[in-house]
Amino acid sequence: MSEPKTKYDRQLRIWGEVGQAALEEASICLLNCGPTGSEALKNLVLGGVGSITIVDGSKVEIGDLGNNFMVDEKSVGESKAKTVCAFLQELNDSVKAKFIEESPDALILSNPCFFSNFTLVIATQLVGDSVVKLDRICREANVKLVFARSYGLAGFVRVSVKEHTIVDSKPDHFLDDLRLNNPWPELKSFVETIDLNVSDPVAHKHIPYVVILVKMADEWTQSHSGNLPSTREEKKEFKDFVKSKMISMDEDNYKEAIEAAFKVFAPRGISSEIQQISNDTCAEPTSTSSDFWVMVAALKEFVSNEGDGEAPLEGSIPDMTSSTEHYINLQKIYLAKAEADFLVMEERVRNILKNIGRDPSSISKPTIKSFCKNARKLKVCRYRMVEEEFNNPSVTEIQKCLADEDYSGAMGFYILLRAVDRFAANYNKFPGQFDGGMDEDISRLKTTALSLLTDLGCNGSVLPDDLINEMCRFGASELHVVAAFLGGIASQEAIKLVTKQFIPMLGTYIFNGIDHKSQLLTL
Amino acid sequence: MDAPQSKSRDLDKLLLRSGNLVGPGFFPGTDLRDDIREYVRVLVVGAGGLGCELLKDLALSGFRNLDVIDMDCIEVTNLNRQFLFRLEDVGKPKAEVAAKRVMERVSGVEIVPHYSRIEDKELEFYNDFNIIALGLDSIEARRYINGVACGFLEYNEDDTPKSETIKPMVDGGTEGFKGHARVIVPGVTPCFECTIWLFPPQVKFPLCTLAETPRNAAHCIEYAHLIKWHEVHGGKSFDPDVPEHMKWVYDEAVKRAELFGIPGVTYSLTQGVVKNIIPAIASTNAIISAACALETLKIVSGCSKTLANYLTYNGGEGLHTKVTEFERDKECLVCGPGILIELDTSITLQKFIDMLEEHPKLLLSKASVKHGKNSLYMQAPPVLEEMHRPNLSKSLYDLMGRVEKDTVHVFGTALKNEEKQSSLTKLRIVFKEVDGVADMDTAILRVSSKRKTPL
Repeated sequence: MSEPKTKYDRQLRIWGEVGQAALEEASICLLNCGPTGSEALKNLVLGGVGSITIVDGSKVEIGDLGNNFMVDEKSVGESKAKTVCAFLQELNDSVKAKFIEESPDALILSNPCFFSNFTLVIATQLVGDSVVKLDRICREANVKLVFARSYGLAGFVRVSVKEHTIVDSKPDHFLDDLRLNNPWPELKSFVETIDLNVSDPVAHKHIPYVVILVKMADEWTQSHSGNLPSTREEKKEFKDFVKSKMISMDEDNYKEAIEAAFKVFAPRGISSEIQQISNDTCAEPTSTSSDFWVMVAALKEFVSNEGDGEAPLEGSIPDMTSSTEHYINLQKIYLAKAEADFLVMEERVRNILKNIGRDPSSISKPTIKSFCKNARKLKVCRYRMVEEEFNNPSVTEIQKCLADEDYSGAMGFYILLRAVDRFAANYNKFPGQFDGGMDEDISRLKTTALSLLTDLGCNGSVLPDDLINEMCRFGASELHVVAAFLGGIASQEAIKLVTKQFIPMLGTYIFNGIDHKSQLLTL
Repeated sequence: MDAPQSKSRDLDKLLLRSGNLVGPGFFPGTDLRDDIREYVRVLVVGAGGLGCELLKDLALSGFRNLDVIDMDCIEVTNLNRQFLFRLEDVGKPKAEVAAKRVMERVSGVEIVPHYSRIEDKELEFYNDFNIIALGLDSIEARRYINGVACGFLEYNEDDTPKSETIKPMVDGGTEGFKGHARVIVPGVTPCFECTIWLFPPQVKFPLCTLAETPRNAAHCIEYAHLIKWHEVHGGKSFDPDVPEHMKWVYDEAVKRAELFGIPGVTYSLTQGVVKNIIPAIASTNAIISAACALETLKIVSGCSKTLANYLTYNGGEGLHTKVTEFERDKECLVCGPGILIELDTSITLQKFIDMLEEHPKLLLSKASVKHGKNSLYMQAPPVLEEMHRPNLSKSLYDLMGRVEKDTVHVFGTALKNEEKQSSLTKLRIVFKEVDGVADMDTAILRVSSKRKTPL
């Protein structure tokens, strides 16, 4: 059969054919192919990314043999980009691999248009100014950008995209959409056909908990002026009420009902996060709106009208103790409502498209269906430009983290990672880069770091001396294990951005390889 | 213009320079770097998703003497992440190909592959290594290695571990976007067994669901796999790697699903359920292995502080890493010292068993006694009880092979918080020499203490 597909089996089980197709269409540009960049790209090549272009002007040195798996003794003196490219091509021959022997810093200055060719750029080991410049270029060209830097036992990864919208966010834990707190007519009618007090004990313990809870919630509201349990006492009472219907201790369906009772008390309607997305300025559709925002506009209309405060029904139900017949019937009821909601949403989407001057069929059925299924889980990620963060970070966040035992290492490294670049700009080398003059470098780095803190508005803050010492000790080294870790994270973020599944990191991930108290900082 | 560069240009910064946030006993210098290269031996268990990455990471972290053990052969589905393997390697032993590939690329490193099961190696094999890095995919395998490594551990009189018997391990695990990396220093940090509760029980469907009230595709598949297969094939065992077997299960699952009106049975799902396939990608494996290799370097060299002691990682929903410092279970059956019991060499097994009932820390009645692999006495079943009964009148010292001290496990009913519970306890038996022939009834049983207090 198609053996490439078998090769990808283990990852298809995560992001499916749709995700894989997105990967195979993506073109990735890597800046600097030291170990950080090479390892990041390796993971993407193994995953079947469409094409890679490596930009690096350096030659392979003997020292590279100690930290980069993709170069070997034969390649010393050769172009590093060429060497790494050849290795990666061999890992997966369905990936188109190219290289450009040029310094990324120079390319950023001389040919910003170059970057518009790509889906995503992974920029590794860039220093100071180049970071800001590249960020501007990619923002302008609407190209996704991931930064990664390894520095001794420290480092960071940062995503920079103007806006990344996600439909298929696949959160780890998300409540099912059973509407026990707001059953619709067809569900109610179905529930009415089942008698909880059936005499046959086998039948009694095979009534699914959805039916039990809808019925009992209904009974409750009838005797409580139309209200569901809301206080702690009422909730306990309700659970006892359900428990009272058990005729023996081994009725799993009733045990499940008691455990799931909280779903009856859950607030109705859409979450505040979805509310926020619906009220976003982008939810006012215009001719340039992306498909995502067109569908959000339709969602907003749906919620206010047919949905009566609710999003389209997700449509699936979790497994539960039940006779096969009841379960299948219940499934059909949920699927039918989800389908009905979808048809309404589809109509609204097509109308909106018409109104903004677009072809009404330009958003496909499967796309709208997926949107409906995931309507409660939508995510919108927006990232500050690096320049903004550099000039205007959250001072309270910095101070808070520096004072917190679990965060001070990571925040210390964040400041120091910026301080070393300043140091390099002033002294033409990184602190501790060479073996002599360590004491002087330590004191200079300390001064640089303190002045940086002052510039950021954190005058009172202090960095632990031990950390400053360590930073000098690191001497701008690129250790393989740190590069592999951060390269791994960078590649993972790239996959999430390209497949538009799962949720990318929101913030700057600072790696702290001393005690592994790495943190995600939002500045 | 440039002086001849060192191959370990970057590592040298950590190994040759002193630092403040370092491990105890860190002596930076070329000796340290060279000692690691020459003398330190690391065993990598597993040459799969984690193992391949570990070998590369360790080879590029200054280690020159590596061994790798793996009983599997390369499959096509490995190729999306086990980067040392190519299509033409399918069918070959993972350990051998992995070793060869890394040695080809990193000159100077020696990797000895072992294409075998971890259980087939002598215990002393494992003792030859300074540290063991685990890239395993099952709880059983981890438990086994943990038992072996902790088995080397000896304790001093004051219950502190003897440092020369400590065999550290670094363990990693991944699933999809999630993973963990942990450091295990037997006798100091919790061992795998101490924190066995961390691992959630495997999902098993109730038999009645499979047999009577299936509701989803997985139920239909497991019915075919666990019930129907045996009905039709009798003694023949099901082999998920035989395509005909898998196809048979798939076809039967489809039939059952049609019968009950259940959608969703696909060949891919069938494989996933039957083989308990864990989705896997290169990036998570790379991340977790890197963390493990970094800790290996730190433990061996002391060049930085180590992870204390468990790192959890989740990269699907944003990015979360967390460090938790778990504590040892002092009464752990695997890594704990066991309750110290000093005995005279004359005491009989029967007397010993009687005394367990009165021992204040044990209060163990109806005890069965095991010494290593030998059962000395079993309370049940009757056949085995009868078989072991003659041992009761023999001296425990003789039954244990006349060693001065050793570990013994006792199993019985203990009184804990006024409740009777089944209990398995580890005991450290130490024999004291006795002058002349002692009366068995006055044999002295002492609780761990420096004073000699008669009963």
